[in-house]
Amino acid sequence: MTVAWRGDQFAAAVETFAPGSVAGHNDSDTWVYPSSLAEVAMGLRDRPEFRFDLLSSISAVDYIDHYEVVYHLTSLPRNMKAVLKVRCGEGREEPTLPSVTGVWRGAELQEREAWDLMGIRFEGHPNHKRIMLWEGFPGHPLRKDFVTYSQSVIDPEQAAAE
Amino acid sequence: MTLKTEPITINIGPQHPSTHGVFRMRVTFDGETVVDLEPIFGYLHRGSEKLAEERTYTQVVTLTDRMDYVASMTNNQGYILAVEKLTGIEPSPRGVWLRMIAAELQRIASHLVAVGFLIQDLGAWGTPLIYAMREREKILDLFEMLCGARITNSYLRPGGVFMDAPDEFWPALDILLADLPQRIDELDQLLTNNEIIVARTINVAVVEPEAMVNASITGPMLRAGGVDWDLRHRDPYDYYDQVEFERPLHTASDNNARYWVRLQEMRESIKIVKQCIERIEPGPVRPPEVPFLVRPPAGDGYAAVEAPKGELGFYLVSDGGIAPYRCHVRAPSLINLTLLREMLVGGMVADMFVSFGSIDINMGEVDR
Repeated sequence: MTVAWRGDQFAAAVETFAPGSVAGHNDSDTWVYPSSLAEVAMGLRDRPEFRFDLLSSISAVDYIDHYEVVYHLTSLPRNMKAVLKVRCGEGREEPTLPSVTGVWRGAELQEREAWDLMGIRFEGHPNHKRIMLWEGFPGHPLRKDFVTYSQSVIDPEQAAAE
Repeated sequence: MTLKTEPITINIGPQHPSTHGVFRMRVTFDGETVVDLEPIFGYLHRGSEKLAEERTYTQVVTLTDRMDYVASMTNNQGYILAVEKLTGIEPSPRGVWLRMIAAELQRIASHLVAVGFLIQDLGAWGTPLIYAMREREKILDLFEMLCGARITNSYLRPGGVFMDAPDEFWPALDILLADLPQRIDELDQLLTNNEIIVARTINVAVVEPEAMVNASITGPMLRAGGVDWDLRHRDPYDYYDQVEFERPLHTASDNNARYWVRLQEMRESIKIVKQCIERIEPGPVRPPEVPFLVRPPAGDGYAAVEAPKGELGFYLVSDGGIAPYRCHVRAPSLINLTLLREMLVGGMVADMFVSFGSIDINMGEVDR
């Protein structure tokens, strides 16, 4: 049975090798600051007490006042799993995070997906392009404020001017 | 004498019979050798994750069918496990055994497609593919008995399944299980020592196990590299901790190993179904107190199953309403393509689609 790290223990364990990186935790999840994500990711992969060599999933969520990117990590040698979360884009400014592709190659397509559909920019991604939609598509559809063409209300003044 | 060649870039797909769906690649060849490759996705993108935000938790089951449409039952299973985790619903035992039977039959059906199309990709059109598809038809007939649909099943519900198996299902299942091992042996005899397969798949598109783990590749592809990682065994969900089965492992990590692992997994799935039939007992297929309109408390949850293609995960966020606030799918088909370039570059044009087919992707799941 894969052992899931508890949030408080995981936060304390991350704090030992990357002081000041943990932003908070709850029962199962741990939040880290975007600025320390790269350092934390490298430590989680390489340090013997973690060995999180497989990045299961990257999910991006739009919480309206901020965005959250969730990393589900799995350690094959130690049979453990943990949930790492990062808050970004406070107050709906453009969310930017450091890319973890250098640590886990498996992030490559998943980060492109998060950029395409949620508009999270990953600094340092080797191929930062849209993946499902085409270049030039207006907006990022999984954002909560995305309006499809059929839902959009035509501005009468602009229509009259045209 | 060597011919002087120049690199030429051509476009393959999205409408191409060998790309297993609407997959597109921009490939640069030098003579018969692949020198560069760029996959281009999105031709089957239907926005399933956005659509899920406007449907109730039960309605989203129909969307999951249409992701990996050769393995709908396991898609349902992954999603339902995430909903159950979020709501804390305790499923009824008969429902769980039924969905394990359905999921393992689906695994056989999906692997039959993968194995059958291998020889098709090699250019030998015909017999083994038709043999494999014939067996798959029998499994789909059983699904029709279970839920009325063959491909897009929507069979699972939070707490179990929506309908008990009809009385005629059990004898039909017994007949299938008595027949299937011989049919798999038949495929084994036809394919494993087949001269085309031996000559064309051994030592082709070898990927290092460490590189696969780092690239988040899971499923039969990872096990063909000798990494013993099967969620049914390492992190059992449903009642997989109560059944006995082997995990076939190969160390070669080439196209032949990936074929072999799938063939052996079908045999293991038959074992699991037989154990499920022994263990299943009469009772409700879903707890009567579970409402049809599920309303999970606010929070989030991630559940993953070992789908035929790899780890299929669903990350659900609830705001307490009747529809998911966010439904993210960790699609094994998409993520297993991470190393596609490394696998194909340096290989021959003729091996390109064999290696690509040995990853066993489904475009409905790649693009969602």
